[in-house]
Parts: sequence; C-alpha cells; structure tokens
Amino acid sequence: MATRIFGSGIRRREDPRLITGQATYTDDYVLPGMCHAVMLRSPHAHARIKRIDTSRAKQSPGVLAVFTGADIEGNLNAVPCAWLVPNSDLKVAAYPCIAKDVVHYAGEIVAAVVAENPYQATDAAELIDVEYDPLQAVIDPDKAMQAATPQIHPDVPKNQAFHWTVAGGDLDAAFRDAAVVIKERIVQQRLIPNAIEPRSALAQWSGASGEVTLWNTSQNPHIVRFLCSVVTGVPEDKIRVIATDVGGGFGSKIPSYPADFVTVFCARKLNRPVKWTETRSENYQSTTHGRSHVQEVEVAVDKDGKVLGLRATSWSDMGAYLSTAAPGIPTILHGLMLSGPYTIPAIKEDVYGVYTNTTPVEAYRGAGRPEATFILERIMDKVAAKLGTDPVDVRMKNLIPAFENGHSVATGLVYDSGNYEGALQKLVDHVRYKDLRREQAEARKKGRYLGIGVASYVEICGLGPSQVAGAVGFQGGLWESAIVRFHPTGKVHVFIGANPHGQGEETTFAQIVADEVGVDVNDVKVVHGDTDLTPMGWGTYGSRTTAVGGAALAIATRKIKEKAKVIAAHLLEAAVEDMDYADGKFFVKGSPGKAKSIQDVALMANVAWNMPAGVEAGLEASAFYDPPNFTYPFGAHLAVVEVDAETGQVDVVRYVAVDDCGPQINPVIVEGQVHGGVVQGIGQALWEQAVYDKNGQLLTGSMLDYALPRSDRLPEIEVLSTVTPSPHHPLGVKGIGEAGTIASTVTVYNAVLDALSPFGVETINMPFTPERVWQAIQARRR
Amino acid sequence: MKVPIRLKVNGRQYQREVEPRQLLVHFIRDLGGITGTKIGCDTSQCGACTVLLDGVAVKSCTCLTVQADGAAVTTIEGLAPENGLHPLQEAFWNKHGLQCGFCTPGMILASHELLRENPNPSDQEIRHGLEGNFCRCTGYQNIVRAVKEAAATMARK
Repeated sequence: MATRIFGSGIRRREDPRLITGQATYTDDYVLPGMCHAVMLRSPHAHARIKRIDTSRAKQSPGVLAVFTGADIEGNLNAVPCAWLVPNSDLKVAAYPCIAKDVVHYAGEIVAAVVAENPYQATDAAELIDVEYDPLQAVIDPDKAMQAATPQIHPDVPKNQAFHWTVAGGDLDAAFRDAAVVIKERIVQQRLIPNAIEPRSALAQWSGASGEVTLWNTSQNPHIVRFLCSVVTGVPEDKIRVIATDVGGGFGSKIPSYPADFVTVFCARKLNRPVKWTETRSENYQSTTHGRSHVQEVEVAVDKDGKVLGLRATSWSDMGAYLSTAAPGIPTILHGLMLSGPYTIPAIKEDVYGVYTNTTPVEAYRGAGRPEATFILERIMDKVAAKLGTDPVDVRMKNLIPAFENGHSVATGLVYDSGNYEGALQKLVDHVRYKDLRREQAEARKKGRYLGIGVASYVEICGLGPSQVAGAVGFQGGLWESAIVRFHPTGKVHVFIGANPHGQGEETTFAQIVADEVGVDVNDVKVVHGDTDLTPMGWGTYGSRTTAVGGAALAIATRKIKEKAKVIAAHLLEAAVEDMDYADGKFFVKGSPGKAKSIQDVALMANVAWNMPAGVEAGLEASAFYDPPNFTYPFGAHLAVVEVDAETGQVDVVRYVAVDDCGPQINPVIVEGQVHGGVVQGIGQALWEQAVYDKNGQLLTGSMLDYALPRSDRLPEIEVLSTVTPSPHHPLGVKGIGEAGTIASTVTVYNAVLDALSPFGVETINMPFTPERVWQAIQARRR
Repeated sequence: MKVPIRLKVNGRQYQREVEPRQLLVHFIRDLGGITGTKIGCDTSQCGACTVLLDGVAVKSCTCLTVQADGAAVTTIEGLAPENGLHPLQEAFWNKHGLQCGFCTPGMILASHELLRENPNPSDQEIRHGLEGNFCRCTGYQNIVRAVKEAAATMARK
C-alpha cells in the first residue's frame, strides 16, 4: 500500500501562483473603465458635523463624484450586527455607511470621493471642507458605564451595549469553603490585527441586469453577499462576491464594512467599476481591532490548591458600533470557556459590552478564548505561588482527567474529547522540566533572570451546530457544504463554501478527496471564494474550515464512493455486496484482478453508455454538514524568557508547543499554523498595543508606531503534538488555526512574571515593554 | 507637470510620462498585469513592495519613479526565467515559507538581497536580514528554513 496521503506533509498546491506574483488579490484586479474611490474619514473621535462643503472637491481634476451622508440616505441601510446575543438587553446603535450628523470614532467615513485615478481622488478628498463641533470622547471600557461618562448613542443609556451572564454551580458554597481567595485584575489590551493585505473592494455594476459583482477581501464571501443585500437592497441572487486570494484576515476580514457598501453604491451611481483600497493608516483607524477587555476575577481555592469556583466581571470594549460578529466574542466564545481544561465546580461571569469612541472591535485570532485562557492560567500560577507549589503540579491537580466522548463543565458546554494531562506530561517530559528549573536556579545565582511559563488550554472550535448558533443569537447557520465533481478523465473539482485565505485548504481538502477515493492529489482542484461558483458556506474563522467544511467534503466524497461502487459492480457484472475497495480500485472480493478504477467509473458515469438501472448519470455529490457539537482542541505550551533587569528587555529564548488538533491531514501545514499563531500571541505579550489618547486619537496609527513581531526578535518554536480524535467528526479532526495564539500570550506572560518573582512583581499590564518591566523592577527595589 | 522617464521592468523597456511624486511601486503596479509587487503599508515598514533596482533590493514605496529613471527593475515576476522558479521560490514552496502569500514577493526579494550579500547566512543572520519585512502568518520560522535551503541550493549551482 502506498503512503497514505492523509497525514502527508506535501507541498501546498496554492503556492505556485503565490510565489510567482500571479495571485489575484482584490487590489490586483483592473477592469475596463474602472475608477477609484477614496474615503474621507473623521479626524475626531466624537463630534457633531456642523457643515460639509464638497464643492471644491467636486471641481478637482478627474473627480467624478463626491458623496456624503445625505447622499446615501434611502440608498444604503445601516450596517447590521449579525450576532445578537440573547438575554443580554442588547442595544444595537445604528451604524451608518457614511456618518451624517455625528461621528463616533476617528476614522469613521464622512464622505466618499470617486475619481479617474486614486491620486486624483486622494487630492480631492483633501479639498472637502468639514466643520466639526468636537464632543467629549469615551475611551476606557471600564469607565464607559460610569455615571460621569458622556453617553455616546442617544438610545444607549450608560453606553451599555449588553449585559450577559454565564453561571453554573454553587458559587456561594465555593467561596464559603475556600481556604484561599485569589483576586486578579487583567487588562487585555486592544490589538490591531494587521493582515498584511489591506482591505479592498471593487464593485462592478451592470445597469442592464441590475447585478453587482463585488471583489472583496473577505473571510466569508457568502455572508458579505447576504449583508450586501441587506444594506444595498440589491437582491441576493443579483450579487456576486469574489474573494479568491485574500492576504490574511485573523478576524478583521469577517465583518462587512461601510466602505465596501459605499463602493457598491458609487459603482451603481456612476455605472462604472469602482475600486477602493485602504491605506495602512486607514486600516489602523477603520478596520476592526481585537481584544480590549478589562476583567476582574476572584477565585476560590481549597487548601490543596484545587479550584472550587471562579467569578469574574468583564468590561468588553465594542468600540463605536457593533461590528458583524462582535457581541459573540466576549460572551459565547469567552464566558462559556471559563472552565478551560479544568474541573471548576462553580463559575459565574458578568460581561458588559460597552460602546466607546474607538474603532469597532471584532474577532481577532482566538477571539474570546485567549482571554479565557489568560484568566485561568494566571490563576493557576497565582495558586502555585500562594501555596508554594510548582505551577505544573497545580495544573495537574486541577485538569479534567482524560475522556474520549463527552465531558460536561459548569458553563454548560460538553467537550468532545481530551487528554489534557497527556499533553502537559508530554511537554514536561520533552523539556525535562525539573532540569529546566535547576538551570533557572543556577542562572539566578549568577544574576540572570530566567523565567519559565507554562499554560494548558482547551478551545472551542469548529463553529458549530446551527441549532446552537440560533440559540446564541448568531444570525446565520454554521454548517458548511461541499460539492465533489468527477470529470470524464477522472480529474476532480471540489467546490466549497468556506473561504481559506492562507490556511492551505486547497491542499488539505485535495488530500481528503485523494485519501477517500484514491485519486492523485494533483488531480483535485479546490474552488472557493466566489459566490456564483461555490455552494453556500458561512466562512473561514473560528478554526472551522476543516472541522466543518472538511467534514462536508469527506461526506460528499463518501457518497461518490458509494455510487462508484454500484457502477463498478455493474460493469464487472458482480453484486454490489460482493465488491471491495482499495487504493482507488473497486474489485470483486477475492479477485483483485477484476477491478475498475475510480477513473474508469468516472468515465462511464459521465458518458453514461452503460449505467446500472435507476442510477443517474454523472459522478457528482454534495453534502451539507451541520456538526452535532463543537470541537475542542487542546494542548500545553512552555516558554523560557530572560529578562535583563537593568534595561527591562525581555527575550523569549525557548518556546515549546504541544497541541492536539486530532489527526493531522497535513502536519507541515499544522506546524505552520502553530508557528504563526504562537508568534501572534507573543506579540500581544511583548510588543503590541493600540493606544488612544484621551481625545480618542489613535497614537499607534501606523506600522511605525505599532510594534509587530519581527523575525529577529523571535526564537525557533518547537512544535509537538498528541492525537486525540474528535468522536463526532467524520475525520476526527478538530482545528488548529487559533491554538497557538490562545496559549502563547499567557505562556509568555507567566514566564516573564516567573523571571521577575525575585523582585516580588505580581502583575504588569501587557505588553511587556522594557519601560514597563524596568519600572516594575524599580518599584520593588525602592 | 509630468516628467518623461525610461526604465526597464523585468527586461522590458518602458517609456512613460509620470508625476514627480509618483512612487515606484505605483508605477509598477499601474503598468498593467505586473501586480506581484504588493503594497502593505504607507510608512515603509512592511517590505511587501520590495523589488530589485539594478540588482539591489529596495522598498519600492521609498523610491520615486523619477529616481529610478534609467534603471532596471526586477519584480517577483521577473526573478526566474519564464515558467521556471528561482531557488528562493522553490525553497519557499518546499519549506512552507508562506501562508496567505501577500508578503511573499517582497520577502523573496529581500531574501535575494540577503543572499547576495551573505551567501551562507546563519539562522540569526537571516532573521536580522529580514527584520524589515513583516509576515503576519508564518511567524518567520519556515521563512528562515526556506532561505537556508535556497542558500544551499544556490551554493551548489
């Protein structure tokens, strides 16, 4: 038997076009007659628009049109929020495509200019005269609800977007029985996702048919089509959204944005193709941000270090408006995960979503789960410090024992399968943890401050059962679909609804088909990112593409196999029950010589000269997969850092990841996902932070000011894995896209605090800039 | 007022009149069909627009088109002979040195510069050499592996 293609780290099939410059990202498209839009954005975070004069701009060379908030009235509806978390008193403030009376964040669109080329449009935008009456800005999420804070939206008292609660178990009993109560205040700083491809939209309007084609940088083109229909009024069947090559997203390309719809509006008004591409500075101001939570946590612990209960309050910044999926992030994807991999009998969290005069906040890699993991892993280290035990021992004491099919936690979730102790043990064995601690002690004697940080995690992935989606207010389904089509020559097209944008599913999905029916992986082409070509899908986020879409594909391919078996039996004049299959061949049991290959069958099915009675022509199948449960990948990570006590500089000197995403279709791609995810999480711990001043000006408004991880500041990451299949998934796979980010921020955080333990430093707000670390050390030295 | 310029892109001569303020990256992308050179920022941080100018890597957003007058530009499309791959392209493919691919053209050309100056770099030298190019997907590790492999391949040739 040949080496199995499932599990093989083959080279990616999408790469040839990407390494030669032949990929087509949205901004690469040029259409005949295309003109260009530029958005004029508010320089104020909160202001009344007193007057707007576009007359000079309209006379600028090359300008075709200038549109303001007044022009879109009756043409573009408000941008909807698509995750209306129930039982939370959710208040959706109207999110206009172009602000008309009041701007609510610096970066909100106040006018759109269309010109023959982007340079002319940029010049003309500078000639628009807007008179603002600045209002007091609300910036801090934990102060947004205070009585003295101005109200941002007229229909949202106290700036409270929602109040959501999760509760399970007897919390009073937990705190009554506690030997120790640990408190922590955590600031999950605001981050900027920084997909390297800026966002872009290109709209082509066909006046004759009333149809629009929208090329768009999107993780979920079918949702864009849906929301575009809602906002523009163009029927869904007359909208085609294309997002074939997308340059990263990390959550920021989930939402639908005002600029996309304004571009559609401009194309319709001018009856010409209109392209809009943001600058990076514009991206920082107006493409969604991530995190931005302030949390207060209290944990009840018994004398042996077992956690009895956890209660928390979170102020979660929504920014100026509710972005497409925003309310679900700090609630469903965060609060429900507060048991993590641990047995915690009682849990309660109050989550207040608040409006501020800042850029809207959305999902950002991990989305809610890094924040939950952060709480738990900080607590575990605090428990260890309080009781004078080792952080690994405390975790081992609290981890849920291994289970293969279902485990309920206090928040109401039922995890699918897990072996958390196994992952942590593998990590500890790999690094020779006790030796590592000895090395640390030796280094300290020499005045070197090494720190070791550990974190265990479990995440919720493969979103998710549509019934649950409905119950938690997600305004859509969460299934995925796939079509598998065999051509006469035995070559295969796969059409999927999800939209990978760097994760490599053109390869891994071909591997699934090749593994199921024995075709060559190079004979399978995976098509995605075009709503006119592909079946409905809900998109690529929440580590769900393989976990949900991959399952749909496996089921569709199995249908192909069943039909092929019937046709092969007919061709071999054998009974179907006498047929066997191996390596792409259907043969009569016991007579491997009497065989028909899948290619033979594909040819016959397509020409249909000799088909079994009652069997349709063609070899094509589709499947819709609505998962019965979420998947729950898990793992354990360890970091070793060295802190220079004189300068406050932190260096990550070693990083080890043990992740369990179930069986790996392509281990090289899995490893790549872990690398990227870990580095994004390290970025949060050490460097990244979106900073606003008190007036709502983004001080970190360019790549010059916002510190992204660079190649020279990172260690080689050691990637290990364990394999625990999901019991409910047709392939057992769970998802890996976000794991690294979920674990690594707190792993590095714990390591830095461990390094600083000789100074008695108990908390520092992220990121660990040298100045903050140095200040913390100095405060203790004084 | 437009200024006449002549420059070669991937071996082909172009004669145009351009605005003095035009950036080289816009000139290249607006030529038609050569859009492998990417724009990822507006402050010369990301390196996605890196091209070779007379064989030396530059961020083409830091260079005016008029400054490149008379020069020969090589973009990702011109790095290898038609339908072939440069060892760097091959190595990025082999080592999974890219995910979304948006930073890749610039990353490959920056790596080209690195190997031109140092044909046998250590991991740390590669990491330093590429610090001016951002990748948000890979965490850089497989890029380092790819550059090492390309260096080895190029040394054999």
